[in-house]
Amino acid sequence: MAGNPVMGSKLVPMREAIAAHVRDGDTVVIEGFTHLICFAAGHEIIRQRRRDLTLCRLTPDLVYEQMIAAGCARKLVFSWAGNPGAGPLYALRRAVEEGVPGPLEIEEYSHFGMVARFAAGAARLPFMPLESYAGSDLPRVNPNIRTVTCPYTGRQLATVPALHPDVAIIHVQRADAEGSAQVWGLLGVQKEAALAAKRVIVVAEEIVPEEVIRADPNRTLLPGFVVDAVVHEPFGCHPSFAQGFYDRDNDFYIAWREISQDGARLGDYLDEWVFGVRDRREYAAKMGARVGELQAGDRWCAGVNYGY
Amino acid sequence: MMVCRAARELRDGEVVFVGIGLPNLACNLARRLHAPRLVLVYESGAVGATPSRVPVSIGDPALVTDSLAVCSMADVFYHYLQGGRIDVGFLQGAQIDRFGNLNTTVIGDYSHPKVRLPGSGGACEIAIHAKRVLVIAPQSRRAFPAKVDFVTSPGFVDGPDGRRRFAMPGGGPAKVITDLGCYGFAAGEMVLEELHPGVTVEQVRENLGWSPRIAAEVTPTSPPTEGELRLLRGELAGASSYV
Repeated sequence: MAGNPVMGSKLVPMREAIAAHVRDGDTVVIEGFTHLICFAAGHEIIRQRRRDLTLCRLTPDLVYEQMIAAGCARKLVFSWAGNPGAGPLYALRRAVEEGVPGPLEIEEYSHFGMVARFAAGAARLPFMPLESYAGSDLPRVNPNIRTVTCPYTGRQLATVPALHPDVAIIHVQRADAEGSAQVWGLLGVQKEAALAAKRVIVVAEEIVPEEVIRADPNRTLLPGFVVDAVVHEPFGCHPSFAQGFYDRDNDFYIAWREISQDGARLGDYLDEWVFGVRDRREYAAKMGARVGELQAGDRWCAGVNYGY
Repeated sequence: MMVCRAARELRDGEVVFVGIGLPNLACNLARRLHAPRLVLVYESGAVGATPSRVPVSIGDPALVTDSLAVCSMADVFYHYLQGGRIDVGFLQGAQIDRFGNLNTTVIGDYSHPKVRLPGSGGACEIAIHAKRVLVIAPQSRRAFPAKVDFVTSPGFVDGPDGRRRFAMPGGGPAKVITDLGCYGFAAGEMVLEELHPGVTVEQVRENLGWSPRIAAEVTPTSPPTEGELRLLRGELAGASSYV
């Protein structure tokens, strides 16, 4: 296998991965907690004009706000909907408060609740217990947050139902052609989200030979056999970041405040930066010098001895 | 003043779960001053973070570099927070009421909100599990109503027995630090304990949605030290535009 990189290769361009695996009406997860958010996939879904999606993410972030503003979503399942470090998501507010561009159903948890939903989905359990929500109004507005009596202690515990996305899109620093994927830095809830999903798309900054993965197996987030498609997409997370590759574009997140306040400006943004480019390579080229400015500095760790 | 006073609540060596916004600034101020061994835990999974720049978001790459550990969010919530490893939860809320309940979900009715706020994030479980909770919030009548429009993160719920009734493992709110003063809690209710320099009890009343309990002795907050100001105006200054 290792000697023949073509065998078992799942490498496809982003356009093909989205066309094959994201369908109208799907429950879609693009995870990544601040780190490794695959904007490239979000933009391709917008370009392919997918509709009626149920979008699930702990933090919708700008990526889901853009998809919602572009009319891709019917429902949002989330736990914290702000522009991290920079204020509100105004277009998401317009969708919730005024139904613009279309009505948007919301289903709301806390972070722990969303983590537990993915963990239950990955473990094929119907629900997950957690100690949360007591005294909070969240269960009142979300009937999916329930309670169970512990059969051992008699204590009341909160429960959340398993989440089984149709497709999970996970961005990683490096993967091999079969989809074995390695991540470092903030890990978020990507492992659980991917293992809970029916189909998994891995998007990587770098495609490496299988030997590179096997040389450092503790860093592997997902083995290739759970992955359906692999996309090579450098700079695929901007304005989010990839540790060791490029920094978070905080200036962009701040600038987004004004863009998202104004529906027309947001529309112009989508026209220019999503519909106006064919793919991520054109997006990066259009960014110009900014790409270089965001390039990560060096902080290498020492290797370890895996010998026996 | 508010951030300086909040930072002083953190003791060296404590494990603090850092919320987004002003708590992030206060924790990073404390770590650079009197609490160099303060262990900063971020819900993004960074444990023992020592960010060399003030993190703009709670998922900044600088939280990873030189941290003690980086773990998954399942670890953060199941094993650190629910596991009882967090000494202090540090939160900011859009609204807080006399029982220390926090609202970061909606102003107005949930299904027809006047203002839709971001939601819980990790705040609901931080409020339930941390051994003690610190809250930082600029004071106004709108932000400090007698009863919050929505309880996102429970304080003492409805009084002294609120937390016991729900069997919450954490100790609940211990201090609320505002731009006017500082409150403690007695019998589950906020008690005015300190006034910042130049602030009067009248000003506090004007910016509060209920008639506050006032400690027998209200002390003045010590003004910001030179060290605190130097940091806030110097290396931490960039962050203030984001909070």
